[in-house]
Amino acid sequence: MIHITIQDSSGNNANVEIPEGVSLSLMEVLKASDYNIPATCGGMALCATCRVEVLHCPEPLEEPSNAELDMLDTLPDASETSRLSCQIRVGPHLDGAVFRLEVGK
Amino acid sequence: MRNSETIQTDLCIIGAGPVGLFAVFEAGLLKMRCHLVDALPQPGGQLTEIYPKKPIYDIPGFPMINAQELVEGLLKQIEPFKPTFTLGERVEGVERGETGFTVTTARGTAIQSKAVVIAAGLGSFEPRKPEVPHIDRFEGKGIEYMVRDPEAFRGKKLVIAGGGDSALDWTIHLADIAERVTLVHRNETFRGAPDSAGKVHELAASGRINLLLNCNLHEVHGNGVLDAVTVADKQKQCTTIRADYLVPLFGLSPKLGPIANWGLNLDRNQIVVNTVDFSTSEPGIFAIGDINTYPGKLKLILCGFHEAALMAQGAFPFVYPDQKISFKYTTVNGVNGF
Repeated sequence: MIHITIQDSSGNNANVEIPEGVSLSLMEVLKASDYNIPATCGGMALCATCRVEVLHCPEPLEEPSNAELDMLDTLPDASETSRLSCQIRVGPHLDGAVFRLEVGK
Repeated sequence: MRNSETIQTDLCIIGAGPVGLFAVFEAGLLKMRCHLVDALPQPGGQLTEIYPKKPIYDIPGFPMINAQELVEGLLKQIEPFKPTFTLGERVEGVERGETGFTVTTARGTAIQSKAVVIAAGLGSFEPRKPEVPHIDRFEGKGIEYMVRDPEAFRGKKLVIAGGGDSALDWTIHLADIAERVTLVHRNETFRGAPDSAGKVHELAASGRINLLLNCNLHEVHGNGVLDAVTVADKQKQCTTIRADYLVPLFGLSPKLGPIANWGLNLDRNQIVVNTVDFSTSEPGIFAIGDINTYPGKLKLILCGFHEAALMAQGAFPFVYPDQKISFKYTTVNGVNGF
């Protein structure tokens, strides 16, 4: 199992367990865990409505693609540690990571 | 601008993406004529606008097809049914009349139809708005999310916010027109075209514009109309700039738009449908493709095609209330256009 922590917009932390070997993005895990994120575009880095802030990650995440960087740069309120959860592949390297939801308030 | 002519059709299809286009075929087989409306200036929806060159692998019969090729194939496939289009206009309202519906666009085009089919995908792409308190109070009163007429800014004090190509391009263009242009960008660097970024830095160095990097919009001020904008740097130090106009240019984001106010049952901004015929909570209004939701929904083009076929069966009684549907295979009957 991969254990991650999700902090919602009210500041509440919840642990989410993801079976190893699944081929999902973090956005898909969040939707499956009933977090109220729109993720309108379905994972194409187009809408930024699945945005998260990476609060802690024991191992470095894969570098964002140009498409993701362009989108993040466009946003009025993204921070240095903002990522689009649809572009983060879930894997053992996420074990122990903490993400804060930046949408779905 | 208002168009006085009213368009008459059987089905008014909102959205000219792949699913809206294929709906014309399925409707055509049942002798229903279609008019399509789309906010984008060309048919094809996301496929044409966002990923024309990308391959799609799950269209039955095509091991791989480029998005734009699929759109071209669909346009050819529906030719016999002579669909008509209103492009570059976003739908605004729908009204139910005695014999059907009237759909209107933001530019005043009116389309009368017996039934309405919403195939609007992700919705229409609208300017992304920054989260600044009371920003909505000044929309149209000093805050503009796009530059329609650069001359409107002549001799005015202008704040542009954003770091993409459009923010850079408009800063350069308006530097000579406005009395003063201030460009506010959240980061240290620009990801836009290097040429434009270079020009913006030159303009700033020669004092022809103000360039505020590592700053965010913080507050907007004014008594009825905008007169100042406060920006905050990363240390939360605030600067207030007098401004007649603020133009936030933070790209486009897909939104359901005015359809959200049509009184349809929604779930997380998607339209709830009955999977028998993809009807919505309003009789005569159907929703197919990415815009709808139901248990087991998959946002796939191929699912949208299936939904279009069933929708046509459901829409038929609204167009031909006195007729019985006769289901025919195209292989037996051919495709008989209008």
